[in-house]
Parts: sequence; C-alpha cells; structure tokens
Amino acid sequence: MLNKLYDWVDERLDITPIWRDIADHEVPEHVNPAHHFSAFVYCFGGLTFFITVIQILSGMFLTMYYVPDIENAWQSVYYLQNEVAFGEIVRGMHHWGASLVVVMIFLHTLRVFFTGSYKKPRELNWVVGVMLFGVILGLSFTGYLLPWDMKALFATKVGIEIAASVPLVGDMIKTLLAGDSTILGAQTLTRFFAIHVFFLPAALLGLLAAHFIMIRRQGISGPL
Amino acid sequence: MHRGKGMKFVGDSRVKGLEHRMPNIPKDYSEYPGKTEAFWPNFLLKEWMIGAVFLIGYLLLTVAHPSPLEGQADPTDTGYIPLPDWYFLFLYQLLKYEFASGPFNIVGAIIVPGLAFGALALAPFLDRGPERRPSKRPLPTGFMLLAIASIVFLTWESVANHDWEAAEAQGKIQEEVEIDTTDPGYEVYSTSSCISCHGDNLEGQVGPTLVGTGYTPEEIADIAVNGIEEDGEQKMPPSFEVDVDGSEEDLQTMAEFIAGLEAE
Repeated sequence: MLNKLYDWVDERLDITPIWRDIADHEVPEHVNPAHHFSAFVYCFGGLTFFITVIQILSGMFLTMYYVPDIENAWQSVYYLQNEVAFGEIVRGMHHWGASLVVVMIFLHTLRVFFTGSYKKPRELNWVVGVMLFGVILGLSFTGYLLPWDMKALFATKVGIEIAASVPLVGDMIKTLLAGDSTILGAQTLTRFFAIHVFFLPAALLGLLAAHFIMIRRQGISGPL
Repeated sequence: MHRGKGMKFVGDSRVKGLEHRMPNIPKDYSEYPGKTEAFWPNFLLKEWMIGAVFLIGYLLLTVAHPSPLEGQADPTDTGYIPLPDWYFLFLYQLLKYEFASGPFNIVGAIIVPGLAFGALALAPFLDRGPERRPSKRPLPTGFMLLAIASIVFLTWESVANHDWEAAEAQGKIQEEVEIDTTDPGYEVYSTSSCISCHGDNLEGQVGPTLVGTGYTPEEIADIAVNGIEEDGEQKMPPSFEVDVDGSEEDLQTMAEFIAGLEAE
C-alpha cells in the first residue's frame, strides 16, 4: 500500500533522487563517534540543529498562550507557568534551550575553527554559519524581553542603549527596534515579538537551508 | 544532465520518463571505502542515540530548574539593577572598564565586539594558507584562544561582582493584597511618615513591602519607633514618633493591622 502510494507520487514528481541523495551520502570514519570517541566534537552542529527544532516546536506551543501586549504579556506567562498543564515544562525547555543553543553553536564554531574546516572551498559556508550565529544571538536578545518581567525590561533597555551608541545610524536602529525614539513600551514589545517569531526565524530557516545545501554540495572536510 | 533535446517527458512535464529513473535502491555497501557508512539509516541511528542522551540531560535540567519569572515589568522602578542573560555578560562587563565606558563607550559597545565578530566572519579570508592543524597556524589559533580566555574572564568577573542576593530580591514577584483603607490601622499608617517609604498599598517603595512581614505586632511597633539597625548599619531610620504621628494606642492599632496582612 505505502509502496504503491510512493510509486504513484514518484511517477509524477521523481522524488527518489532527492531523498536517496540524503540517505546514501557517505559519512566518513573520522566523523563517526562509533569508531573514534573523540569524533563527538563533530556532533555539535547536529545537536545545535536538534535544539533549534525543539525551540521552534516549544515556541509554537508557547504562542498558544502568550499575548504580546504590555497589559497581558506577563500575566499570560505567569498563567502558562503556573496553571497550564505542562506549561512549566514547555516554557522551561524554551528557556533552557535558548542557553543550550548558544553553547552548542559556540562549540560547533570552535570545532570548525580549530579543525580549519572553513578553508577553501568552504569559505561561504563559514560566513553563512557566522550569520546563523548572529541570528541566534538576535533571537536570544529579542526573546528575553517577551515575558515582560523586570529583568526583561531593564536588560532590553541596556541593550537598546548599546545599539543606540552606534555612530551615525544609532538613533535609527533604536527607533527601529523600540518603535519610538524615547519610550520602551508597548511598541517595543510587539516589535520584539514580531522579530522573534517571524523575521528572525524566517532568516534562520533560509540560512539553515543554505548551510545544509552547501554541506551536501561540498561534503564534510577530510581528517586533519 | 539530460536536459533539453532528446529527452522524453511524461506528458508535458519535464519530469523524466520511467526508463530514465533512478531506482529506489540503497547504494551497495561495498561502494563505501573503509569504515565510511551511509547516512541513513546507519549513521542517523547513532546520531539519534547521542541526541537521546542529550535530550535526557536537557529535560533533567528543565525539570530541576523551573525557568525564572520576575515581577511584572515596572518602568517607573528606577532602582532596578539590570543584568542581561548570562551569555551576554562578557559584553556587558566590558562596558564597565574605564577604557571602554563613559567617553570611550564606543570602544566597548561597538569597536571591540565589532572587530571580534567581523574577524570571525572573515576568518577564511584572513587565514588563507593551506594548513589546517591548529599548531601549524599559530596566529589564528592564538587569537581564538585569546578571545575564549577573554570571554571566560569577563563572564567570571561579571558573575563575581554581581550582587545575586540583591538581584533576586529586587525581582521578586510582589503578591497583590487587597488593603482595607478604611481600617483604623491604615488611617494611622497613612497619616504617619511610614507611607512615604512603604507606599500607598504597603507594597514597598524605598522600603520593602509590609505585606507578610512575619513579625508580631509588638515587633512591628518596636521597629516603627526605633527603626532597624543591622551590623552597625541603619537599615531603617526611627520613624514613628509617639504623640507626634499618633498616640501609643494608635501605634498598637497600626502594628496589629500590619501584622494581620498576609499574602494570598
């Protein structure tokens, strides 16, 4: 039954080469922790992706309760944390995942750096990777404001002041982020919500796709 | 590629005809050299095992440490000492040094982080030699080790110099209590100097909240009159002056009123 369904789709769309390429691509010995334990350093990238997927899923569930509005944001998080079944776990995973993803992407960057894997022909993939690092940090920064508690508000104030100290365009960046040249309030919260939930994830997914396509294209770097 | 002429199409599509198709058969294992293996399912299963171990640690962390939530944001609280999340601490700490703050703020806020991030992004174009071993390219390795050491040091300094107890206290969620403003105790409270530091609803302003203090009425009366002194430091000045702010009896009424306030 499933085979027939597969053949039916394949006859029309020729999907076999797409996924056979992913399935059959070779994983060399030097990156396989089953053969060399020290090869676990090659898992950091995969684990970063794993946490990213968890962040997307847990974030989707959080938006079922979260309200991006200064009156209700904190209340909704408080409710989610204390009243909703497993809400504490979902929020906990999103909260700790944010820290873990920064740790893992940092370790992944160090692995690629110290194995010299960014050298020709992989320069572009490295640049995309650094951009991904920037997007992840942006997600961390914007997500920190959303619970609208004391530490969120005041940490964001400091962050926006730092952004405003950029020469020439600082004030424009500040207005773009905060929605106002002086007030950090209702506008800022909705903006950060939009950036955190729509803009940056869109950039993240696009860059991730580029990252993975380039890896498939070039293969993994050889042993040292 | 068989694009273009001579290609057989199904209908008017450019999907290849059945005779040109790739068969849905896994690559023969003998095609892989040495201990190289196929990504699916062989290697992916091992990755999933690592992922499962990682997930267990992750979930234990989540269950053991519920994510923190401080009191609702109050932009009027000017005394709050801000702190970013831990992975931004090193950037924040950098701004506290003389050469990177005040008139040189731009050094700490923009130039140093900008140079570091820019150099990271351009690493492949700065380090162009064919050598990959860290020991064979001392400059990139050295700069990266220096960067890691700086991040660790700055984060350490930031954590060590932060007053974590004060940070925890300032962020606490304030329990909201209905204050009976018609209570005779509240009347004494509002006409004395207590209200200027502890707030209209006893929620605390300069002084802490008076809801759920845990003191007995006698202790509260004593504190109101004599203040609090700890380790030779005046934590609260003597405030309630008997016969000026109210009679001895009024003091007793107010102390009982405050002692009776419990958080829900």
